[in-house]
Amino acid sequence: MRFTKDHEWVSLDGDVATIGITRYAAEQLGDVVFVETPDAGKHVNKGDGCAVVESVKAASDVYAPVSGEVVEGNAALGAAPETVNADPEGAGWFCKIKVASSAEVDALMDRAAYDQFLSTL
Amino acid sequence: MTETVQDTLKTTPLNAAHRALGARMVGFAGYDMPVQYEGVLAEHRWTREHAGLFDVSHMGQAKLRGAEPFKSFEKLVPGDYQGLKPGKQRYSLLLAPDGGMLDDLMAGKPDDDGLFIVVNAACKDGDFAKIAGDLAGEAELERLDDRALMAIQGPEAAAAMAAHEPKLAEMGFMDSTRMTLFGEDCFVSRSGYTGEDGYEISVPASAAERIWNTLLKDARVRPIGLGARDSLRLEAGLPLYGHDADETTSPVEASLTFALSKRRKEEANFPGAARILAELAGDLKRKRVGLNVKEGAPAREGAEIADKGRNVIGKVTSGGPSVTLGHNIAMGYVPPAFAELGTDLAVIVRGKTLAAEVVAMPFVAQRYYRKP
Repeated sequence: MRFTKDHEWVSLDGDVATIGITRYAAEQLGDVVFVETPDAGKHVNKGDGCAVVESVKAASDVYAPVSGEVVEGNAALGAAPETVNADPEGAGWFCKIKVASSAEVDALMDRAAYDQFLSTL
Repeated sequence: MTETVQDTLKTTPLNAAHRALGARMVGFAGYDMPVQYEGVLAEHRWTREHAGLFDVSHMGQAKLRGAEPFKSFEKLVPGDYQGLKPGKQRYSLLLAPDGGMLDDLMAGKPDDDGLFIVVNAACKDGDFAKIAGDLAGEAELERLDDRALMAIQGPEAAAAMAAHEPKLAEMGFMDSTRMTLFGEDCFVSRSGYTGEDGYEISVPASAAERIWNTLLKDARVRPIGLGARDSLRLEAGLPLYGHDADETTSPVEASLTFALSKRRKEEANFPGAARILAELAGDLKRKRVGLNVKEGAPAREGAEIADKGRNVIGKVTSGGPSVTLGHNIAMGYVPPAFAELGTDLAVIVRGKTLAAEVVAMPFVAQRYYRKP
């Protein structure tokens, strides 16, 4: 699993990257009440908004940590957005993106580097 | 709504208590305030089912005294304060000369010592300067900056307070009194901003933490942050000044005509009376309405409101999920022709058009305690 400074995580399986937000991000957001995930077929560039997560108070963008084509949005979050709080780095994933190159993933922080980054916040 | 410049934030007398409870703190109206403790959803539900305790010490408290302070105060607001009975308070609006709302407020007669006023935190310096300035020579305003203010709200609030002082059970909605509570000189009113029964209690700052902790020893009472305070007041249909009303909004536009007292309308002698009375007579451009939005993402402040033909007719001023109802709700301004209950409208959220229906406010029934 790799991480961004915007608190997204990426888990690469072959050429498909699963994207979500980290436990830290989920805790900062508080209770998630609505999630908007991208439709399959959508092309996203690294840094584009690719999903929206909403707490009671506010909406936040989730940025694509890698470029590629969306192959699946997590439809289960529509009926159960609270999954993002309960299991942010597992069942609370947002979307799967077919990446052109794994280099973008490799360039992200590993767990130790992300934990180190969190300790500076 | 939130600020990030931590080092310039003021604190309430309960700041250490919030931190001890593990609250997440945010900047709000210049104060370092708890946005949540346990979580907004849980706190919202707790208040609707039990009793929530809120620190609202950031709000402004003052006393207005003078030869005829109630008559003087009427120069600034459209409420009948000369007719206010001892031991009562009334919701009113501080008005600009053009009838725009400078703030909303509570003012009451808890004792024989003038008028006790509570105003919004973000407006308090301006409000108090205006009241003191406009009434200079006839009334004197004393800011009560050495006081904290807490609210206890919810169906178990009355029982929780009666355990400390049985006399509080005898108060009705909008009663206001000065009494010794927890051994301290307090102003107590049976009111709040959640739609629930409950009290607002003004206490000396030096005793605030002790009283707060005493109240929290009751298992029915839990601390509630600003996050749930906002979602609760939204469900109760209550406007948040600075969002759902501002200096461009008149009381009629804001659907606050209940704050225009009969005698004052007849006398037509409050600021902006010409505009406000013309609006009451039908010359109204926009009106605050409630919207049920039963699909899609929450429509929040700034989202456009459209008619069935997709023409933009107004804007949402606050909105979000109704924790109690299980769907999204919003309030916003539309022309009166679209303000009728049951009107089918739409809200536009991130380019998506979502069906919205004009519905009565409050969205969730108020449960104020009115004496039989």
